[in-house]
Amino acid sequence: MLENLDQTIVFQIGPITINATIFYTWIVMAVLAGLSVWMTHNLKTNGKIGKIQIIMEMIVSAIQGQIKDVSGDNPKKYLSLIGTFFLFIAMSNLLSIIPWFKVPTTSLTTTVAFASCVFFAIPYYGVKNAGWKGYFKKFIEPTPVMLPMNIISDFSSTFSLAFRLYGNMLSGAVIGSVLIMLVPFIVPLPMQILGLLTGTIQAYIFALLAIVYVSAVAPKESFVQSTDTKGE
Amino acid sequence: MDAITLIGAMSIISAALCIAIGGIGPAIGEANVAANALRSMAQQPDESSNITRTLFVSMAMIESTAIYAFVITILILYANPFWDYVVEQAAK
Repeated sequence: MLENLDQTIVFQIGPITINATIFYTWIVMAVLAGLSVWMTHNLKTNGKIGKIQIIMEMIVSAIQGQIKDVSGDNPKKYLSLIGTFFLFIAMSNLLSIIPWFKVPTTSLTTTVAFASCVFFAIPYYGVKNAGWKGYFKKFIEPTPVMLPMNIISDFSSTFSLAFRLYGNMLSGAVIGSVLIMLVPFIVPLPMQILGLLTGTIQAYIFALLAIVYVSAVAPKESFVQSTDTKGE
Repeated sequence: MDAITLIGAMSIISAALCIAIGGIGPAIGEANVAANALRSMAQQPDESSNITRTLFVSMAMIESTAIYAFVITILILYANPFWDYVVEQAAK
């Protein structure tokens, strides 16, 4: 009932074994890359804009708007990281409607990989926003007594980010397989529709929490003003 | 009662208790969050986009407690180290 995707070997190239997690991650990557290439091959800035370009612009501007609202900063700085998280997780969760497709986010290794990206992005953007001094100042705020708590909270937020996504996607898969075992027809359908909804919401939540963590160190005032005038 | 029976029975009971008790708290908490968010959205419909976003974030934060309980339950049921150890010992 509960299969371990990391131990399911799909095929083997010489000494390297390709397990199900990597294989299905590659499929999601191929779908995303293919869609991007196909949808952006003739972009226009004037004249009649195609329907596909409007869809793409809607997605990008929606993500940008969310980043701007949450971080209060120039969204272009975070767009590549957060947008990739959202699109990848949403796409892999939505592909769960295809039969026999093993969703890569039901494997703990995928979610831990995402969360460790966030873990390393926090100091990167922190130093970029506020400099080394400003970044390390975050650890002794509000008082130096809180130093251990602040360090622990960095690790625990990463941990909870990984387990939240994993647990939510896994619970959907487990409920689906239990219901299929009990009643094979029609009854599992509403749960799978609910699974699509929770999959999208989880992708949104993961991206949103990533923005909150990454932009936690507030940028300097002058920096905000200069990027605001430049970014608009 | 030998060790295999004891560990098997205790694993099942503790898994059921883990998800049952672990589900109660987050359920009550999320209900509170949703009720308050709906109330404030009814009072201030203009702020509903802000409230919805904060609602999702706080729901996710609260839900992670239930998710931890779920992960522990799954570990007990499918990847129980004590059970594996006992089965290994019995096979010797």
